[in-house]
Amino acid sequence: MLLIKCPYCEEERPELEFRHAGEAHLVREGKIIDQSDEDFAAFLYLRQNPKGLVYERWRHIHGCGRFFNAIRDTVSDKFLTVYKAGEPRPDLTAIKAEGAAAPTTRKRRSRTTKSEL
Amino acid sequence: MADMSSATRLHPLRADRQSGRTVSVTPAGDATRISLRARPDAVAKLSRLLGLSLPTRPKSTAVAKDGRAALWLGPDEWLLIDAPDSDVAAVLARADVLHSAVDVSHRNVGIIVSGEGADRTISGGCPQDLSLAAFPVGAASRTVLGKIEVIVWRTGEDSFRIECWRSFSEYAYSFLQESAKDCGI
Repeated sequence: MLLIKCPYCEEERPELEFRHAGEAHLVREGKIIDQSDEDFAAFLYLRQNPKGLVYERWRHIHGCGRFFNAIRDTVSDKFLTVYKAGEPRPDLTAIKAEGAAAPTTRKRRSRTTKSEL
Repeated sequence: MADMSSATRLHPLRADRQSGRTVSVTPAGDATRISLRARPDAVAKLSRLLGLSLPTRPKSTAVAKDGRAALWLGPDEWLLIDAPDSDVAAVLARADVLHSAVDVSHRNVGIIVSGEGADRTISGGCPQDLSLAAFPVGAASRTVLGKIEVIVWRTGEDSFRIECWRSFSEYAYSFLQESAKDCGI
């Protein structure tokens, strides 16, 4: 089971308490009436879905109930960092260096994956 | 000739199937419960009115002398538990600071799990670390038990209060009974 750190509860909690809530940092245009249908459809439906590091929203729904943001590696499922909703995107290069030293999320049972070998 | 040993066979429907075990799972009595939401600037005033200091740290609780308890559930959310004849709703109605207080006395059902092995009994369905180091006496948290959401409050080293929603109470109760059967010594 993944242990995910909640920035509001300030500790690692089991993943069962959390719910994924889509891509983070999506901002709706101020005046959507001026937007073309294509642009609005893109805002509404098109997502990045990259392989590697993603900025995501998570909700600690069976805990404090709060939404927060996280940077996760979709390949290794490792959380690089978590930060409160409304806070700016953290500096990725600094976190990468830090994350290599002390990962914020660990697995309860170590499971060797191909990428770790 | 080999010694014969036999396991005690219990009838699955026997109500007293727990007798002789160290863990007891019992329904808690009626209580007044308030779901309280407020921003940080209202906490001091509400604390004064309630006669306890609303906890602001994660997983913490505060209990007043008369038994009124406030459980931290989120940065702006508390569960108040008090005696069935409590005047806590009237007290909060007098507060002139912005807050929301919803009487959920009958939405929740309390279950007391106590005795040696109570933590293991709950761990049978709860993924949180319930060791004394991570979940000390007085800690409380909303979490998961089996398939449902519950609030776990550690009232003593070997005693917990579980609060679940009324329609889930039968599930929670039988889940804990079953788990106690495995975990009680």
